[in-house]
Amino acid sequence: MNRATAVDLSVTIGGLKLSNPVMPASGTFAEGLDRALDFARLGAFVTKTITRELRTGNPLPRVVERPGSLINAIGIPSKGVAHFVEETLPYYARYDTPLVVSISAPTADGFASLAADLSLPGVAAIEANISCPNIEEDGKAFAMRAESTEHVTRALRAATALPLWVKLTPNTGDMPDVARAAEVAGADAVVVANTILAMAIDLKTFKPCLGNIMGGLSGPAIKPIILRHVFQCAKAVRIPVIACGGIASSDDAVEYMLAGATAVQVGTATFIQPNAMEKIIDGLEAFCLHRDIARVADLTAGVVIEEADEPDLAWLNPPT
Amino acid sequence: MSSVPFREFESGAEDGSNISAPKPFRPSVVAELAEVVANTPVNAEYRHLVVACSETAATGVPGQFFQLLCPQPAGEQPYLRRPMSIYGTSLSERKVEFLYKVTGAGTRGLDLLKAGDRLDIMGPLGQGFRLDPAWRRLVAVGRGAGLATLAPLAKAARQAGIEVTAVFSARRPELVVSVDLFRSHGAEVLVVTDSQSTSGPANVERILRRLIAERRCDAFFTCGSSRLQRVQQRLAHEFGIPGQVAMEQQMACGIGMCFCCVRDFNVQGEIIQRRVCWDGPVFDLLEALP
Repeated sequence: MNRATAVDLSVTIGGLKLSNPVMPASGTFAEGLDRALDFARLGAFVTKTITRELRTGNPLPRVVERPGSLINAIGIPSKGVAHFVEETLPYYARYDTPLVVSISAPTADGFASLAADLSLPGVAAIEANISCPNIEEDGKAFAMRAESTEHVTRALRAATALPLWVKLTPNTGDMPDVARAAEVAGADAVVVANTILAMAIDLKTFKPCLGNIMGGLSGPAIKPIILRHVFQCAKAVRIPVIACGGIASSDDAVEYMLAGATAVQVGTATFIQPNAMEKIIDGLEAFCLHRDIARVADLTAGVVIEEADEPDLAWLNPPT
Repeated sequence: MSSVPFREFESGAEDGSNISAPKPFRPSVVAELAEVVANTPVNAEYRHLVVACSETAATGVPGQFFQLLCPQPAGEQPYLRRPMSIYGTSLSERKVEFLYKVTGAGTRGLDLLKAGDRLDIMGPLGQGFRLDPAWRRLVAVGRGAGLATLAPLAKAARQAGIEVTAVFSARRPELVVSVDLFRSHGAEVLVVTDSQSTSGPANVERILRRLIAERRCDAFFTCGSSRLQRVQQRLAHEFGIPGQVAMEQQMACGIGMCFCCVRDFNVQGEIIQRRVCWDGPVFDLLEALP
């Protein structure tokens, strides 16, 4: 057998072909990173979440570190749609790399109209951040429940012809059910997941460490939890799963792909190593060469579960 | 344009070649393993860290900063990098210097470093001080760790032919840093301290009014004290003197992405938020809200 001498790193997500499966997680990436990272290497760009309204963000402090992790409550500062169209979109036009625009809104109609307005030349896909509070449902995040996920995804699907990625929250009891709802309503991919709701208290002052009291936990500490979610969601849906949760190395990326991910998003790791994504791409290629894997896409769902060792996994299989 | 960044004073112009082939990516911010040259105490509180680094890292200018990935001290796990302002750089010797006080998990980790160890440094980051060639005399006012941030101004101002008067504040005389450095570059240094009851805003204001009267203050440069910042803002307003302030804020990414380190600024009557890591850490004195 010939050993692979080159690795095909490309992956396809709902008709959108990426040169490799590595892209930033929304909120942890912006134009300024081009001082430290070669943007041309990335599989895709994912913008910070854009909202229709101008948002200043949460009170400070907005971040606190914990071992192997950080908790953030930034509050999605956004300069609105016009700023995106006039400033952000032209910046990315210099690259061939697909631009994925992350959006958020407080209502399903708000999501739909924002997706419609941002379905512009130069935008390759919409990532709907439905982990945010839904004002029509007493502030519960859309992605906490299958019904609200299906409702908002249908509205989005009707509003844009672009590939639609739906970013789910791990702060729910049944992620596979929510992922299925997104698929049924027409999502082209699900992003699994967002940060885990968390809290920290300062022992000097007895006050919460974050101005917003609670925030989202990210970083290597959450990887085993999100890996389990990716494994379960990938079993539940046929559309691609994009993994997002504590990826800091190519080994982490391989692990997520074996669990069922088609592509990976890297977030907090970029705060520690600004060129983490480049190292992960290089490491993925080296891993595949070393293991004689010709296409990185062949890693997806490659986890080996021996029948003899298999516990009763009937509960993982989606009803067909 | 009222002022120019230091970089434009330096030689080493861009090469004039005009090659059409795509340029290979060259980062202007690097994350690299620098080698510790020295890590020694300068007084009871402050330590002086010198690292050998790449050419890109050594291009850092006064007021800019690095994000340091600090070693883990026993029992603690600092996760994020720690911002540290530049105490000095040398392009010819390829080194960067920092002056730090051990105050938390990150700096306790730095304290462990010995010559020959490696330290992951990321930078240079942010907007540094700007010197207007029209200025002949400037006043630097600092307190505490702010003195380390102001320190590289001494050399840069002398190179630009600008005379410096420094007013340095500390709790006790033996805790003032950077005095010898400033004097070695020809600056006059006035020290005010809490223990001598000379560091109060009223006394500092008297000193600054005298310097203004003696025409020794074409611009204010300050770091490390909101009280002293307010004094200078009042005087800057009263006498129409420009100024710059280097500000601190807790950071995560250090490169403008996360919006953790925002502060409020008064820009023509409107309060807006700016990122300390990206728009600063050096800001217009009159726009900065203490």
